[in-house]
Amino acid sequence: MATTTTLAQADESVEYAARLEHVSKSFAGPGGQQLVLDDVSIDVAPGEFVTLLGASGCGKSTLLNLVAGLDRPSTGDIITDGRPALMFQEHALFPWLTAGKNIELALKLRGVPKPDRRTKAEELLELVRLKGAYGKRVHELSGGMRQRVALARALAQESNLLLMDEPFAALDAITRDVLHDEITRIWAETGVSVLFVTHNVREAVRLAQRVILLSSRPGRIAREWTVDIPQPRRIEDAPVAELAREITEELRGEIRRHGQH
Amino acid sequence: MASTDTTPAQDAGSVEAGLDALETRTTGRPTLRQTLVNKILPPVIALAVVLAVWTLLYPIVDDPSKLPSPAAVGSTFKEAWLQGDLLGYIWTSVSRGLLGFFFALLIGTPLGLIVARVKFVRAAIGPILSGLQSLPSVAWVPPAVIWLGLNNSMMYAVILLGAVPSIANGLVSGVDQVPPLFLRAGRTMGATGVKGIWHVTLPAALPGYVAGLKQGWAFSWRSLMAAEIIAQFPDLGVGLGQLLENGRTNSDMAMVFEAILLILFVGIAIDLLIFSPLERWVLRSRGLLVKG
Repeated sequence: MATTTTLAQADESVEYAARLEHVSKSFAGPGGQQLVLDDVSIDVAPGEFVTLLGASGCGKSTLLNLVAGLDRPSTGDIITDGRPALMFQEHALFPWLTAGKNIELALKLRGVPKPDRRTKAEELLELVRLKGAYGKRVHELSGGMRQRVALARALAQESNLLLMDEPFAALDAITRDVLHDEITRIWAETGVSVLFVTHNVREAVRLAQRVILLSSRPGRIAREWTVDIPQPRRIEDAPVAELAREITEELRGEIRRHGQH
Repeated sequence: MASTDTTPAQDAGSVEAGLDALETRTTGRPTLRQTLVNKILPPVIALAVVLAVWTLLYPIVDDPSKLPSPAAVGSTFKEAWLQGDLLGYIWTSVSRGLLGFFFALLIGTPLGLIVARVKFVRAAIGPILSGLQSLPSVAWVPPAVIWLGLNNSMMYAVILLGAVPSIANGLVSGVDQVPPLFLRAGRTMGATGVKGIWHVTLPAALPGYVAGLKQGWAFSWRSLMAAEIIAQFPDLGVGLGQLLENGRTNSDMAMVFEAILLILFVGIAIDLLIFSPLERWVLRSRGLLVKG
């Protein structure tokens, strides 16, 4: 079954790709400290695909920043196996480099010796089906192609954990659909663990093995679903739609609470 | 679905290939004819209009000591060329200007980087640096003459005081405008500290830096002309500024026009030959230039 992909390169001694233990985060805001994340505990198993779902103000992006090591939690611990790779809603590719050189920069910063970089970058471009885009400038690529180069650049870090911050939110529906197929395929091929943040319920169900719903202000884990619909899934499949409806109801309930006081 | 005899992966791949083909724009370079019509013809016409107005105005003003005829200015040029002085005037000023600019580059770049990155330095000298840009550099000529005397170092000092703030400020605003997303992306890839500056901050700040260089050159050239007009001394040789001042003292309006036209011509030529191509190359490679 495609959902229980065995891992090619996972380390047996590590039983999780990321572990969040009672993580809280508050920021100084108007009227004192503002609690953004409240006691969040999540384990991501090696090779697991987890989506974090929530409305605005649930602290999704804050959570990813913490896991990525760009910020520190106020209390609690975050343990990851090395530095996670991070993909953003915007492609965040460097416009002064070509697609291939963007990937090579990630390889260089990881310490890959110069002679190997070019071959490795071409391989990664082939993995995201952009063979021949090596010399293309970022502005010459379409939105979907840019996100695939960004994915290839994230994969170049060869991290065990790939963090994705609404990476397909700015794309049109057809492109997003195709990229769902791609990320599912690449996840299965590479055995990387994915922590994927989105506000799109169907997207969450389409992709994940586990969906975690966060409440808003402060972000807490509200509920969790295990998705055992076999891959390949389509976003319009009946079981996907059915579970998405259930989760949406729950999400609406969470949002409704905020209008009552 | 239609994909009964293909695997889902193949299906996705072919849809993807179709999307890529549909959404890729091809940007061609303009043809020679387009360049001629869009870029070269308009300034040539403008120049012709100026010459025509000048020719018409000459008999109306009817005073060669105020407005020389185009022909008189032309013969001044010809004379200076035949005597072999013309290139000498230009070279005296251009070599000073470029060398001074080069020193300004060496000082302004690290200065800009420090101001952009070190909070204390920024708070201390940031406002002075941007204030200096609005100080006409001609104001530096008298103190420079008193401190350094009538020599070439005085000229270079004035150029530096004019150009360094522009170059440093250009770099500062370039660094300020680096999208935070690039810095975050760089940090997740391990580009922190010096690596972050080298691989992310500096290349991202390049457009602002190049704009600063361009302005820095304009300021260098202006400062130098101010210095050359004011500071007259036989040992300094005759640059374009001295030529202008000589024209004034001799009441030779044709020579004054000759000097002004040369100053203008050199300023534009250096910009067109060095700084504009540099700026266009930087912007075009990033897709920031809408129409080539």
